Amino acid sequence: MTESLLCELSVPGRKGVLFPKSDVPKASLPANLTRQRLPLPEVSEVDVVRYFTRLSQLNYCIDKGMYPLGSCTMKYNPKINEETARLSGFANIHPLQPVETIQGCMVLMYELQEMLKEIGGFAGVTLQPAAGAQGELTGVLIIRAYHQSRNDLKRTKILIPDSAHGTNPATSAMSGLEVVQLPSDANGNVDLNELRTHCDDTLAGLMLTNPNTLGLFEENVLEVIRMVHEAGGLVYGDGANMNALLGIVRPGDLGIDVLHYNLHKTFSTPHGGGGPGSGPVGVAAMLVDFMPGPVVDIIEEGDDEIPPLFGFVMPEKSIGRVKSFWGHFGMMVRAYTYIRVHGPEGLRSVSEHAVLNANYLMAQMKKIYHLPYDRTCMHEFVVEGRWDDAPDIHALDIAKRMMDYNLHPPTNYFPLIVHEALMVEPTETESKQTLDAFIEVMEKIADEAHNNPEILKTAPHTTPVGRLDEVKAAKELVLCCGLEFPPRERLLPDKCST
Amino acid sequence: MYIPHTEADREAMLHTIGAEHLEDLFQDVPAAYRFPKLDLPPAITEMEVMMEMQRLANANESVSDLICFLGAGAYNHYIPAAVDAVLRRGEFLTAYTPYQPEISQGTLQAIFEYQSLIAGLTGMEVSNASHYDGATAVTEAVTMAYAHFRGKRTKMVLSPALHPHYRETAETYNHGTDVSIVKPDVDLKAGPDALLPWIDATTALVVVQYPDFFGRIYNYTSLAEAVHAAGALLAIAVNPLALGLLTPPGEFGADIVVGEGQPLGISLSFGGPYLGIFATRKDYVRKMAGRLVGETVDTRGQRAYVLTLTAREQHIRREKATSNICTNQGLMALASAVYMSLLGKNGLRQVAELCYHKAHYAANQIAALPGYSLWTETPFFHEFVIRCPIPVADINEHLLEHGILGGYDLGKDNPELENCMMIAVTEINSKEEIDLLVETLSEVYHD
Repeated sequence: MTESLLCELSVPGRKGVLFPKSDVPKASLPANLTRQRLPLPEVSEVDVVRYFTRLSQLNYCIDKGMYPLGSCTMKYNPKINEETARLSGFANIHPLQPVETIQGCMVLMYELQEMLKEIGGFAGVTLQPAAGAQGELTGVLIIRAYHQSRNDLKRTKILIPDSAHGTNPATSAMSGLEVVQLPSDANGNVDLNELRTHCDDTLAGLMLTNPNTLGLFEENVLEVIRMVHEAGGLVYGDGANMNALLGIVRPGDLGIDVLHYNLHKTFSTPHGGGGPGSGPVGVAAMLVDFMPGPVVDIIEEGDDEIPPLFGFVMPEKSIGRVKSFWGHFGMMVRAYTYIRVHGPEGLRSVSEHAVLNANYLMAQMKKIYHLPYDRTCMHEFVVEGRWDDAPDIHALDIAKRMMDYNLHPPTNYFPLIVHEALMVEPTETESKQTLDAFIEVMEKIADEAHNNPEILKTAPHTTPVGRLDEVKAAKELVLCCGLEFPPRERLLPDKCST
Repeated sequence: MYIPHTEADREAMLHTIGAEHLEDLFQDVPAAYRFPKLDLPPAITEMEVMMEMQRLANANESVSDLICFLGAGAYNHYIPAAVDAVLRRGEFLTAYTPYQPEISQGTLQAIFEYQSLIAGLTGMEVSNASHYDGATAVTEAVTMAYAHFRGKRTKMVLSPALHPHYRETAETYNHGTDVSIVKPDVDLKAGPDALLPWIDATTALVVVQYPDFFGRIYNYTSLAEAVHAAGALLAIAVNPLALGLLTPPGEFGADIVVGEGQPLGISLSFGGPYLGIFATRKDYVRKMAGRLVGETVDTRGQRAYVLTLTAREQHIRREKATSNICTNQGLMALASAVYMSLLGKNGLRQVAELCYHKAHYAANQIAALPGYSLWTETPFFHEFVIRCPIPVADINEHLLEHGILGGYDLGKDNPELENCMMIAVTEINSKEEIDLLVETLSEVYHD
């Protein structure tokens, strides 16, 4: 496959959409500010629709099949969510309208805040953060602001387990805190002895992912949190793995002080090929005043006849806003829809089946792949993509070969503490048949690894493109098409804009 | 529904695992807190949820119900039908980040197109694959400038005519670090030259907006020269739709172009999800945050696309990464790419000109009304400020009674702009709508 680029499809004079002629007198254009060249393509609507449709067909996606990416919670995205988010009364609302004209949006946001408080066991929720990483930053800034408000200025150290997502240390570094890595013990838990040595008056907090990225529930979670609290630190929960916990346990009940949710994981909003996400943050009571805002609250109580009036309120000691406007409202509509069709029992069922599916796969996978931490897992687990008796085969080869069997590979080479990691998260939306087919493929690939390793080393074979020359990509850096219209020979990469 | 398991499936699966009940899988969870009763509304069916959501949506008055003259960072434009038709394809909508390029060429090539279109539109050499929105793109420019000077220059001069949300976001991100976010205390009517006294050898970055928050357009060439003479970087935050008509900031000499991409085919959606644009010069590409798609070849010799320079990113570099960004606005970048392709060279120019002419018509008509005057005295694009004879809140209430969503009340943020309203006009607003606005404005004031 080589799909032509738009700049190669462009034909002078072709149009994709017409607009009406101006019905007002023309004003003179600003002489020294009117551009001379506009290097955009000239293509018809048919060209555009066919081009992007053909491109789309080169993608794998949840709508095609299972997507067992660990820590990504690639569950099925219900179609009703897309309908509700596109209702004109949601999609066509300007963010700065008077509150009297947007009470529907405000009620939805208020109710979603309440639902997320209840699900996580928190006293407050802000919906503003745009994604998980921004939710993390929000949480860490709240922790820092809390210590500063108490004039507890020595607390600059944040502990992060070695199994954590890369965003945890990156976030902490952005907020100016000193990152200290905590090792895991032989059972995949936080090493308590190591933790103890850091529990002093410089401790700002601990970023805890629970279940951790090995898919294991922290066996000493209460002890870990108690130790951090006793040292005066706070505990941040990375909610990327909330899909294991809905109706199972509330992080707030365990003593976690701040946690971000990923609406684009746990609450089924689509990943869109990389985003948008949405990363609301829940906090314990003493942190409510520090949340970014504004948040939605009742600004005029109602009575029997008049409903309350909802409006935006800035928390008293807020860290400030973390983005424009109020957050990714379109994602909130989808998540609200999802929670409403599940109800409390349905949400518990989501996590029960996510954990059931993961344990079912793990029980079968461990017969053929080395399982470094052999415990009951939560919603995901990690095996090694290597065998001593097939020394040339790496996790990458297994991942690439899976594509030939129409499967998306698991997350690989993460977490960093497992050699040649393959991190599998099936989610609750996959049936037993789908899981059985997955196992069958994994068995076949293990067999090929031993008897026909070359077929793995050269995989994938059936995909639109084969393995890519990533070194060339990074060395030659062709980052745009050159955009010469009408299409001629493409320009050199450093001439992109000229 | 979405959980396909039958009772027989569950039994068989538990048997394989060696457990008796589903509950047995949760032994590691402290018993005292296990299986809390969640106080949430009971489940309803898809049909019922649709009805509930319609009821909530109907409790709002949308810009389809009202005549919209509100802007201030989010604009009501026509979105061609083909944009959403592409977005709704499950292959784009339900795909993950393209970390596996062999089965993600669709997303990768689409992002490559987006990068090309943004580079062309802004006149820059490199665009990344998006940030969350205009505000966070500005913040990333601050972070990049800080990294560029390795912390030796820490002053970031943010124009007072920058969107207040952008500045507030940059302040939140940098509070308590050694970055200082400076807002020059200058007359809001002054042009970019007023910033010059604030730029010195400690300045890392100057950020201006184009059109600025108040809708005004300036040629920033001499500002760029002054910024560069001081050894600092210049970032220009743009409305990309305006660049269909206006000189691209690359020609002014901008080092970084950021912006809010919402006007490029993204629905208002009460403030998000939108699109953070970030483009720069090739020299700075390794300091830039965010994902980046590059062209290469595969083992079969075919042209193909892949995420590149990933060593800048958090999943590789952890605490040494250029930013913590992971999830971005992939689908919104796709929306804008489809929009820019459909409109193309001629359509984007036409829409930008329609906005320009209609806004100028509206401004002239309002300025002629007794009691009203134009606060905006310099060239503007599609948004302008009027000084009103009575408080803006009272006027907007009256407008709303006539089905008009009035402009932004600037007095809320700036005491010196009391009774000042900022009005945005786009291609959607017909002459009749503008005339109705003018007529209704004239009704509220009798001298």
